[in-house]
Amino acid sequence: MAGTTFAKGGIHPEEHKELTEHLAIEEMPPPSQVVLPLSMHFGAIAQPIVKKKQEVQEGEVIAVVEKALGASIHSSVTGVVKAIEPRPHPTMVRCGAIIIDRDPSAPPRQYSTEDWKKLSREQLLARIKDAGIVGMGGAGFPTHVKLSPPPNAKVDTLVLNGAECEPYLTTDHRLMLEYPEKVIEGARIILKVLGIKQCVIGIELNKADAINVMNKAAAQSSEKDDTVVRIQGMQVKYPQGSEKQLIYSLTKRSVPGGGLPFDVGVIVQNISTTLAIFEACLMQKPLYEKVATFSGRALDRQANLKVKVGTLLSDVVEYLGGTKDLVKIVSGGPMMGFAISSIDVPVTKTTSGVLFLNSSETDLGEFGPCIHCGWCMEACPMGLSPKEVGLYVEAGRGHLTEKFGIFDCFECGCCAYVCPAKRPLVQFARLAKIAIKKRG
Amino acid sequence: MIPKPDWAVSVSPHIRQGTTTSQIMWTVSATLMPVLILSIYNFGFRSLIITLISVLSCMFVEAISQKALGRAVSVKDGSAVLTGILLAFVIPPGVPYYLPLIGAVAAIFIAKELMGGLGYNVWNPALVGRAFLQASFPVAITTAWIAPQQLAKGAWDVFLSPGSVDAISTATPLSVVKQYGITALTQQFGGLDSIYWNFFLGFKPGCIGETSALLILLGGLYLMARKIITWHIPMSTLASAALVAWIFGGQTWFSGNPLVHVLSGGLMLGAFYMATDYVTSPTLKSAQLIFGVGVGALTVLIRLKGGYPEGVCYAILLMNCLTPAMDEWFQPSRFAPPKAAPVAAAK
Repeated sequence: MAGTTFAKGGIHPEEHKELTEHLAIEEMPPPSQVVLPLSMHFGAIAQPIVKKKQEVQEGEVIAVVEKALGASIHSSVTGVVKAIEPRPHPTMVRCGAIIIDRDPSAPPRQYSTEDWKKLSREQLLARIKDAGIVGMGGAGFPTHVKLSPPPNAKVDTLVLNGAECEPYLTTDHRLMLEYPEKVIEGARIILKVLGIKQCVIGIELNKADAINVMNKAAAQSSEKDDTVVRIQGMQVKYPQGSEKQLIYSLTKRSVPGGGLPFDVGVIVQNISTTLAIFEACLMQKPLYEKVATFSGRALDRQANLKVKVGTLLSDVVEYLGGTKDLVKIVSGGPMMGFAISSIDVPVTKTTSGVLFLNSSETDLGEFGPCIHCGWCMEACPMGLSPKEVGLYVEAGRGHLTEKFGIFDCFECGCCAYVCPAKRPLVQFARLAKIAIKKRG
Repeated sequence: MIPKPDWAVSVSPHIRQGTTTSQIMWTVSATLMPVLILSIYNFGFRSLIITLISVLSCMFVEAISQKALGRAVSVKDGSAVLTGILLAFVIPPGVPYYLPLIGAVAAIFIAKELMGGLGYNVWNPALVGRAFLQASFPVAITTAWIAPQQLAKGAWDVFLSPGSVDAISTATPLSVVKQYGITALTQQFGGLDSIYWNFFLGFKPGCIGETSALLILLGGLYLMARKIITWHIPMSTLASAALVAWIFGGQTWFSGNPLVHVLSGGLMLGAFYMATDYVTSPTLKSAQLIFGVGVGALTVLIRLKGGYPEGVCYAILLMNCLTPAMDEWFQPSRFAPPKAAPVAAAK
């Protein structure tokens, strides 16, 4: 099968997926304490509705966002609220958090399943909202909002993102391989919520096993009603999983700059999010567990772990045998993830992986002057001029870079990846955007 | 306060492709070594000595200039070495030994470091060096040619001798053509086929690194295979030179000999190694095609109508002037730009 792909640019970084792609998802025993940040989503910070020393059950709502954009937060263990105080946060440096001591004698909560087809789309949407589901691809946009597009948007296609184009990460790969029926069923729930008939699941061709089982699951499922769930193989090329590139690759539609997928009739969902929707609608299970890839060669043992949201990275590292020759810790993939400075941060709803890189995997060398080789312009999937932006920023003229389409830059890192002078072109782009906003 | 971690925290992306600026410079330099070896065979060890003086001078001038200008010394990145090789390759083998040092000052100090250092120079440093020498030492630069020797014919003494230039000086094919016409050249080489063959292989008088079209072509193809250069500039340069030579190069229109023009002088070296310099040529492929067409056309125009027998150096320097403007005019085609004017939708 020849895979589809996006229109411009792109790179082929080393995959490093061999470290974890053949490892089945493993459930990490719950830690003795969880730290649940009040912000794990795009929007307003949640307000706690529990008090110190209060007993909470696994899956109980402990913080909510009223009126503003946001998502509820649930306890991931049964136990007692130990404190509500600021703690280190992976992206916000520090953020208010609810700390819960687990009751070791409490049995894990059991859920019963029911048929989602009996529920109306409003009931399904309410369950998704009650479960506190957010987009788990990274930004954490509340899913119930994303699944309620404005009435004038004529959405006709659901796209599921199985590209997982970031090196190292194998979370979605394993989920599709181990729970293909659940992913397909989740897709059909979303189709019902959106009131549309068509779903395309894009998977990169380096996951041939996942394409196989997903195809089988989709074929069995499509006999049941008139919805069409189709699997589409895509070329192995980064950033195939970026929203605009993915939509173009699968539908040949181009989301214009400043636009959103529903402008071209598409809604995109992540594989992990789809599974969470499946569990919320069938079992009313809230989102408080996360499958994430813990990889990188500094880690004694790499794994795809199912962990409680709120588990500290220090607990995960201890469970996986510690680190050696640790040079950098990255939350997310190596291309777009961010380096973190504290290991006492929790796994959140949007953690897709954490990488512990050693000196052979990442280098911290200095950068040199731009030699105008133009490789960054070849690599840019948006057709921008990263080198010019970099030169402008270095010259203190970052505020003049809007003509290069800087706001179309989604910081995928292709430019900096290929740069022979090792220039921090993504950081230059961020500085340019800040400079424009300051002058704006 | 969060305590300082034991590991590094820096901006994304966290993985990089292996190729570095200095790897590019050293690779390009390495592909020029076969040309140098042929030159030693042709013109004796003088070629090697001139090249060594040029390379060492460029490294020395770069180190001194960077120290003087308060910059980090970056001699090891290979860029000065490459400039040194290219500077030697565009001067005749018979020049006095002090000439490359003067050329290096013009190339590295004036054309490169005073312009801001690597990446900021407008003109190709090696060609500025050559142009400076041509203006300051016109006699040496236009007459110090050595007729190619052939080892097989037993000219060991000349091969080994670094000196005795006067005894074997000759004229380049292009100056023969300029002064006496193409017929004179045909007589000298004993037929057109012989011209093509000797020029292609490199057995002709000329600058140190300009003689062998074959070896330059092989080096250029290797650089293309390694994706360091692309076909756009060399091919457009050679094609436009051939076209202009064919149209205007003969007694009547459309009767010129394009092959002689493409194979002679510094056109091959210029097209593959000078015009493709990243810093001084446009970045976008469409702009590169126009740049190449300009270089090729100007080269032949100077050869046919100008005062000099050879025009590659000035043609490239002239087109270099346009590079900053072309980089501004030619922007890549964007994927799905905003529908209205670039409103700051993301603000």
